[in-house]
Amino acid sequence: MPFDRPNAKRRDILRATASALVLPGLQFLPRDAWAQAGDTLTIAYNVSPPSWDPNTGPSSVSPGLSSIFRSIYDPYVVQKEDLSLAPGVCDQFAWNADKSAITMRVRKGVTWHDGRALTPADVAWNLNRLATLPAPLQSIFASIKNIKTAGDSVSFEVTPWRANMLERLTFLGCYLIPPHYYEKVGKEGFEKAPMGSGPYMIEQFERGSFLRLKAYKGYWGGAPAYDTVVFKFATDAATRIAEIERGSSDLAVDMPWEEFDRLKAKPGLSGVAHPTTDIAMIFLHNIGVMADPNVRKAAVHAIDKKLIVERIQRGYARQIDTLLAPQYKGYDASITTPYDPKLATELLAKSGFSPAKPVEFTVQTTRGYKPKDYETVQAIVEMWRRVGIKANIEVYEIAKHFELRTQHKLAPAAFYNWGNSTADPESSLGSAMFSKSPHTSWKGGEVDAALSALFIEKDEAKRMAGYKSLNKTIADNAYILPLFQFYQPVVYKASVDFKPHLAGFILPQSIGKKR
Amino acid sequence: MSPAFLLRRLLLAVPTLFGVAVVVFVLLRIVPGDPIAMMVPGEATPEDIARLRESYGLDKSIPMQFVIYLDHLVRGDFGVSISLKQDVLTLVLGRLPATLELALVAITLSVTCGFTLALASTYWRGTWIESGVDAINSIALAIPEFLWAMLLILAFAVLMPLFPISGRIDPMRATAFATQFYLVESLVRGQFGLARELLGHLALPALALALPLIAVIARVLKSSLQEVMVQDYILLARIKGFSNLRILTREALPNALLPTITLTGVHFIFLVGGTVLVELIFAYPGIGNMLFGAASNRDLPLIQGVTLVFALLFILLNIAIELSYALVNPRLRH
Repeated sequence: MPFDRPNAKRRDILRATASALVLPGLQFLPRDAWAQAGDTLTIAYNVSPPSWDPNTGPSSVSPGLSSIFRSIYDPYVVQKEDLSLAPGVCDQFAWNADKSAITMRVRKGVTWHDGRALTPADVAWNLNRLATLPAPLQSIFASIKNIKTAGDSVSFEVTPWRANMLERLTFLGCYLIPPHYYEKVGKEGFEKAPMGSGPYMIEQFERGSFLRLKAYKGYWGGAPAYDTVVFKFATDAATRIAEIERGSSDLAVDMPWEEFDRLKAKPGLSGVAHPTTDIAMIFLHNIGVMADPNVRKAAVHAIDKKLIVERIQRGYARQIDTLLAPQYKGYDASITTPYDPKLATELLAKSGFSPAKPVEFTVQTTRGYKPKDYETVQAIVEMWRRVGIKANIEVYEIAKHFELRTQHKLAPAAFYNWGNSTADPESSLGSAMFSKSPHTSWKGGEVDAALSALFIEKDEAKRMAGYKSLNKTIADNAYILPLFQFYQPVVYKASVDFKPHLAGFILPQSIGKKR
Repeated sequence: MSPAFLLRRLLLAVPTLFGVAVVVFVLLRIVPGDPIAMMVPGEATPEDIARLRESYGLDKSIPMQFVIYLDHLVRGDFGVSISLKQDVLTLVLGRLPATLELALVAITLSVTCGFTLALASTYWRGTWIESGVDAINSIALAIPEFLWAMLLILAFAVLMPLFPISGRIDPMRATAFATQFYLVESLVRGQFGLARELLGHLALPALALALPLIAVIARVLKSSLQEVMVQDYILLARIKGFSNLRILTREALPNALLPTITLTGVHFIFLVGGTVLVELIFAYPGIGNMLFGAASNRDLPLIQGVTLVFALLFILLNIAIELSYALVNPRLRH
């Protein structure tokens, strides 16, 4: 199968040459030259916070920043490594009987980083801010209405109803900030010196370079294992690899799989590749030939996802046949779309296509935005070619993808990834397939009608049964083409006790020391 | 060069900057990428997108956006960064010193090493030293700065851990600076230990930027020196019994400088442009690193601001280069 890159740019070739020269050379090198002090955890990280307001702006909806925000700010409710909900600042939380409102009890003894108590009134102020602040997810949080405090509890109505409102309160945009401090220092003052109630306080921030955190002694959850944490912001993977290789960082994230395999085999280093709530898929747009169900189904059955996972992702991915990964609510393992090139050929023949007279369309993809995205699409195009599909690859930047997607102008097929850290099907299937969403490519009355009903369904059992049924409809009719669940590579020193988080968070407060 | 000439050049900078502002504004609206589409997560609704578009003024027509942009610009308001949510000018001025220090160290390295190599290869012309210098120049020129950056990390940060891999300062150091010119400030304050540490962080990125320029300077200066060395006045100097070293440094070098200055100036501008990739690889918090982030997020106000500041920098550099001609060439002073 040809995986060459005929359109590779000069810079790509030079970069590849540099990596070929530099990276293998690292394996012969002495390690741990400048190891950090034992009480300091240094993380070579790939995302730097652009701004510190966790409730608004692009920072508030960047999943990559959640690792940092969770170190400084507390969410209302904690999301554990397996994405289940757990007591946090709000140690009790529940929907009322008719599921019209949520009541949360504020934990006693929680303090802001200035030592002042975190009160139910503070939580109410934050909820009100969340509901009214212009922010990328304002439509969702505008459902928070009629906020009331009573004793140590805060309650609010959810109108219109949103099934995953509790799950939403665990991450993106939902971190608590101290009202008294924010009102005193203002927006700009807060950007200069942010404050929260999380396990760490900001000690020094060098934008684009590093962030140094100090453990907050008064943290309600107890002292973390490391007193000081340094996030070194290294956008380039080669820099992060050099950091962990040399020993000047204790933990590094996101690197090519070839490097992950090499690094984790080295003495003194460990590595884990764990599944995350991010999936690879191909949006199908029911325009032109893609309106033909035979073409869509053939496109689905012609792809050997197992081969893609093994050869291109080096085994560090899990093939999926629905938009829901196995860890999501509503996942149904019985819904499959098996690799069957013979069936694909037969389906195409019904519509008058064959390898000699192929059906032709454009498939769009990014190159390098996600690991091996372009290579994956190249492999798919080759698999399609064998059954009678001629797909022309159009490479674009991710910015172009977003622009086209919000305008519903994607090509008949477009590769993308979709994250869903709530694990609720509404946040993935719901947003990716509902035609009124600006993030969908498929336009279909059948799916829209089912989703409209599911969005207001309050009976959880019925809701999940409905999503399973809809998932089956989508798979049977090939309205979208799920490929695989991404894994996240993390390499760390053997002295570090790292616990992976399904959402891909690197939480310093959860990282321990091995004895 | 008269003050009137200098004033004229500075006044000419205004239409140049206006032209840059127009081109950048138009180009950013033509190239694909919607900053709001980049920002919103999967669950955002069309209403969220419309509201954000309105809050950033992107709902207005492009000519109207340009009028508003220009109106703000003439009042010194570069706008607010979409991704960093701060005043663009403050952000750019905050990061510019880091890049200027990096560029300054790089140009110092380039000039020092380039001159040394050119003088050495001319002095020992026809020997293995000249061949060696030529070989070094060819290698330095053949490899782009970002590849040098990776090779230098391997060689001097990992293989021989002499220098830090990333950043501008040791993350564990608690130091409060009054300005963003860390190196200059530490030298002025006499904190030489701190200055040494800062130079340690600057060494590899500066060398990565400097290497191609070292080769350019060495080649051009060597070529100029060789032309000068066959002139009659050099022959006269030899007849007078001056030493080869004196002839080279006192008689030939001043007359060979002009083309070198011209080319060094032009390449210095490329060097400043090259900081984007080098700063990214070394996680160096300069303006280039910020520009990369701004481009990735389609942060239009920030890209416009950084580009304008780069343009201003280039204009000032060009004026400085012309001033330096006058210093080395007496004919231009009149």
